[in-house]
Order: sequence, then structure tokens, then C-alpha cells
Amino acid sequence: MHSSRTRTSSFRLAAIGLAAALGAGLLAGCSSDSEPDSAGGDGEKVELSIGVFGVFGYKQAGLYDEYEKLHPNVTIKENSTERNEDYYPALLNHLSANSGLQDIQAVEVANINELAGIQADKFVDLGKESGVKKDSYLPWKWDQAKTEDGKVIGVGTDIGPMGVCYRKDLFKKAGLPTEREEVGKLWAGDWSKYVDAGETYMKKAPKGTHFMDGAAGVYNGSVSSYAEKNYDKSGELIYKKSPAVKTSWDLAMRAAEAGMTAKLKQFDTEWDQAYANGDFASVVCPPWMLGYIKEKAGKKGANQWDVAAAPKPANWGGSFLTVPEAGPHKEEAVKLAAWLTAPEQQAKLFEKQASFPSAQAAYELPAVKNAKHEYFGGAPIGQIFADAAKDIPTAILGPKDQVIGETLANVGILQVEQQGKSPDDGWKAAVKAIDNAIDE
Amino acid sequence: MRRAARRSRRYQRDARWSPYAFISPFFLFFAAFGLFPLLYTGWASLHKVSLHNPTQMEWAGLHNYSRLFEDEFFWKALQNTLTIGIISTVPQLLMALGLAHLLNYRLRGSMFFRVAMLTPYATSVAAATLVFAMLYGRDYGMINWALGSVGIDNIDWENGTWSSQIAISTIVIWRWTGYNTLIYLAAMQAVPNDLYESAALDGATRWQQFIHVTIPSLRPTILFTVVVSTIGATQLFGEPLLFGGTQTGGASHQYQTLGLYLYEQGWFNFHLGRASAIAWTMFLILVVIGLVNWLIARRLQKSH
Repeated sequence: MHSSRTRTSSFRLAAIGLAAALGAGLLAGCSSDSEPDSAGGDGEKVELSIGVFGVFGYKQAGLYDEYEKLHPNVTIKENSTERNEDYYPALLNHLSANSGLQDIQAVEVANINELAGIQADKFVDLGKESGVKKDSYLPWKWDQAKTEDGKVIGVGTDIGPMGVCYRKDLFKKAGLPTEREEVGKLWAGDWSKYVDAGETYMKKAPKGTHFMDGAAGVYNGSVSSYAEKNYDKSGELIYKKSPAVKTSWDLAMRAAEAGMTAKLKQFDTEWDQAYANGDFASVVCPPWMLGYIKEKAGKKGANQWDVAAAPKPANWGGSFLTVPEAGPHKEEAVKLAAWLTAPEQQAKLFEKQASFPSAQAAYELPAVKNAKHEYFGGAPIGQIFADAAKDIPTAILGPKDQVIGETLANVGILQVEQQGKSPDDGWKAAVKAIDNAIDE
Repeated sequence: MRRAARRSRRYQRDARWSPYAFISPFFLFFAAFGLFPLLYTGWASLHKVSLHNPTQMEWAGLHNYSRLFEDEFFWKALQNTLTIGIISTVPQLLMALGLAHLLNYRLRGSMFFRVAMLTPYATSVAAATLVFAMLYGRDYGMINWALGSVGIDNIDWENGTWSSQIAISTIVIWRWTGYNTLIYLAAMQAVPNDLYESAALDGATRWQQFIHVTIPSLRPTILFTVVVSTIGATQLFGEPLLFGGTQTGGASHQYQTLGLYLYEQGWFNFHLGRASAIAWTMFLILVVIGLVNWLIARRLQKSH
């Protein structure tokens, strides 16, 4: 559901069933090839299928059951592929063949721009549908699924406004403030202040610990706080000279070279182990990561972790629901997509699954407004992340954002951080790999 | 009379063509699921095809192939495949030979050992590799822990070129040694006992018997395992993918194999045409390896 989480965390896990997952994807594709069973007028029996990747949580939060109760003629069937890496290529295949599509298809934020660019005519324009209320979504989220001529191919599910999770005990030992307000103020306004705090930390760092998990975390946080990163407004690829990438890269390099990172790759087994052993004091964390931290850090970490505001508002992850034109029951599907992403339902999903709403109207609902996280010292996470969400810039997305971001992190930054190469060599290696990847 | 002749003609026709009908299922399946994909991949490799729209192909001639020649990532992957192939195949086959020789002695519970040999092979690549990836962990891996207890500093297995390739080859060795052992064992049991007896009469030691009787008798089997292992090594994919968890095969592609590079090009970068070209290049490499093996085999036969 969330970009980098599904990409990497489930990578190992998922790779276990690589073959199985691919097979399942094929099977799912086949099963939905069946003839549309009676188009969806009211009263007629309709079975709506919804294709997702990973855990979207609608089923777990009881939203399908609720919808079926409200609409007795509708039954909902969810087909989940574990990894977006398998899900997205299959979706592309089905789109180009105009068959095998589900009534609703979920799309990752990293892929939405590509689809809006090359396959826009394959999707229903949700912006024009009466059940969809534009005002309830955050404007920047709404705009991400918009094509050049103003068509909206998807409605937002969750988003990932960033905060910084930190360990109070380690901060205290290193002489940094521990109160979440003060911690937030420590680096408010500029990601470089977060790295400054790292320098302070390292001076009195508890033995064997580092300030942050890895340099890719601060790169990701910093670059996501800019509107323009890899592409400019006209769609031109500018990552090689864009100030956002340059500034963020330099910050990551500063962190790596100063040795304030634990040299970990996020969602690696080593990263999980480091949580359990308390090897690093802070990590850039969107709401969906809180559950992950709680699980990996375990009981030992309870009440040690807390969450503060990030230096600047930035987004990490989130998805969209789309309705393909070739789907069997478009009309009913639009209604369901609108309902699932309406503020009330998003709030319920947040309560049960910690997916942060992309519908701003949900922030006023008590389920979000008053949400506290016990494990994180009772932090008012609804408040913290809602504040961040409102100020997230409308990012200019491009078709190759995912490849660029991943290569910069997994090739460029890792070469410097883990293999001890110079920042210059790391950058050159990353650029070479990106050129190779996007070269036609 | 005439009727009888017709019947016999029909019978002849039946006897002549029925066998083909009986074996046709294999060939039909092979044509549908083996030959067609192979040819289609070849056709696709001559086009610019994107996973965004796989049915839309744009003629590119040999561009995908000529591009591979200048592609340093491809050469690196080829080189990695070669080194990992050698450091995993050679020790693996030598160990299998030795183990088979030991199992060939009369010993208690030989059945148990033979089944035990095969268990790694029966384990899924994924499960095995995940365990190994943890064993080779940098900070909390068991191997580094063991090395640490004898005073050797932590090795960052994944990030070194040699260390990562050795780590991957141990997974391959662990999985396939038992399998090859059983093949050798089967062949060894077919060696006539008289040969050993007469060798023993001539005063040959166990070791001399192994070198002068067992190995020569096993020559065709050894050649077979070499060919099969080479094919396996060229297609190496699951182990390196799971070892580091990414398709890049390490931060500086230090253990990216051809299989992994193909996967990266096709399923991450969506260049199906280029991925097809890599697939066909791999196929051609295997054909060449097969030819070389065939030549060696013929040479060996003649020298006997």
C-alpha cells in the first residue's frame, strides 16, 4: 500500500513466494476474465472485484461487510497480490490487452503518474463522477492522479506524512532534549538541522549507537519535502541538476561521511535486528511505519520510542483507487471507490490499520483528531501527522521517479555508506545506472 | 482378397503412424510451451518492446544486441555469473565425488545418509537463502559471530565482491552437492566389482582404486553433471536475488548475475526487448557450452 514499504520490506518475505506470487497473479488474472455477470443497475446482483497489492486493510477494518450491508445487491471480492512489483506489471498487461481487469484497481503513488501519462484513456474520469467529492481530498493528493487535460484517473486512499521517530533514552544520554515538542523545535524548518542534531548526538553518543538508521532515510525525507525533485513542471527530467536532489544528496553524504548512520538499508533483516537491539536513535517515519517499529523493537522498546514533527512536511507512500474503462461494472465500481475513500471510511481505516487519511475532512473526526499511540509514549499521532499532511507541497511526479529514487538510494548512497566509496563516485555510479535504466 | 489387402494396408499405415500419435502430446506441449516462447523471445529481442504495452512492438533490428556489447552492466553480470559458476560448481562436484565414494562403502544406515544427502535439494531456494542471508549478516550474523570468537573482525559479506560471491556459492554448493552425490553413487554401483577385486589383488590401495577404477568408469556421468551444473550456474537467479533482497545484486552490482540482470531490465525497467536479447544471449552461451562439452566427450571417447 505504501511505496517503499511494500517495495522493500516485503521483498525478502515476498521473494520467498516469488514464483508463487507470479503464479497467483496469473491465476487472479484468469479468474477475472469471466463474462461480466449482468451490468449493475440497482437491485440486480453484482459482484465487484477489487485488485490490491499487499494489505490494504479494507477487509480487516470490516469496510466490505459494511458496504455489503448498505447495498444488499452487492458482494465484494478482493484479489490481493502481495507485492506491487508483481501487481503493477500484471496491471499494465491487462490494461494493454483490455481484459482481465478488476472493477477497481489500486495503484501505488509511484506508478500513478506513469498511468496518467500513458494509459489515461483506459480509466474512468473519476473527477466527473457525482459520487466523488473533490473537496474532501487533500488538494495535492487529488492533483497527483490528474492527467494533463484535467482528467482524474484515481481517488486517493492513504498518504504518508513524515515525522521523526526517536528514542528518548538514547537522546537523553547524548544530551539532547527528549520532550517531543522540543525535539521537533530542534530541527524545525530545515532538514540540515536534523543532521546538525546528529553531530551533537555523536559527540556524546551512547556506546555502539548511531544517530540514524541509514543515510537514505534523510535523503528520502529531505527530497520529498520539495515540490520539484526529479522532473520539472514541463515534464523534463532534471534530477541531475535539481536543487532538491542536490541538497538532499549532500545531506545524506554529510551524514554518511560523519559516521552518524548505522549503515543500514531500510527493511533489510539487519534493520529489523537493529530495532530490537536499539542501535540507532532516530528514523524518519510516516504513520504506517509506527506499527512496524512497534513490532520490531518489541516490548523492550516500549515507552522508549516517541515521535516528533519532521523538519519540513513531506510525503512517503500512499495509493489510489482507479476504475478501468474495460471493467465489468463501472457504475457500481465508481460508487464503491468513492465510498471507500470517503472521509468517514478513511478515519475508520486509520483507527484499525493506521493508514493515514488522504481525505482532509477526516482530520476533524474524533477517530483521527484524538488518536494517540500508546507504544510511542501516548504521542498524539493524529494531530502530529495531520499538521504535517496539510503543508505537504504538491510534488511534481514523473514516470521514472521510482527508479531514480531507488537507484540513488540503493546504488549511490549505499556505495558511499557501506562500501566506503567517495560521494563523487557514488553519484556517478548512480547516474550511470539510472541512465541505463531509463534509456529506451 | 482385396478386402484383406486393404485391411493390411490400413494395418501398415496404423503401425507406421500410430507411434507418432502416441508421442505427439510431448511435442505439442513442447511446441506450445517450449519452442514458441523461445522463438517469440527471439522475435521480441529484435524489437523495442515495453512492458507498458507488450503488444506494441517497434522494429529495432540488432540494436538490443549491439547495445549489450557496450553495456558494462551486462559484462559485469556475465563475469559475475562466470566466477560464481566456477567457485560453486567445481568444489561442489569434487565434494560430491568424494561423498559418493564414501557412501559406496558398506556402512550401517547407508539409507539414512542417502536420504539426508537429498534434503538440502528438497528445501526451497527461498527458505534456504533466507537462512543463509541471516547467517551471513553483518552485525548479527552467526558466521561473523563465530569468526569474532576466534578474534576475526566482522566481515561485511554482502558488500565485498569476493565475500558476496563466495557466500552465494556456498548456498549453491549446500543445495546441490547431495543431488550430484546420488547421481555419482548410482553410477558407481554400476561399476563391476571384479574391477575392484582385481585391482585389490594387484595391491592397489583404496585411493588408487578410486583414481584408476572409479573415475574412469564415471567419465560419462561426470560429463553429464558438468553440463547440467553449468546450465544451472548460467541461470543462477534465486540465490543472488534473495541474498541481498534487490534486483541490483548489491550496491555496485557486485553479485548481479545474468538472470538477475534480465529480471531487472524486464520487470523493473520494463524493457522487454532488451530482456529478451539477454535471454537469447544466455541461450547462445549455453549452446556454445554444450558444443564444447560434446567435443570434449568425443575426444575422450576416441582416446579410449
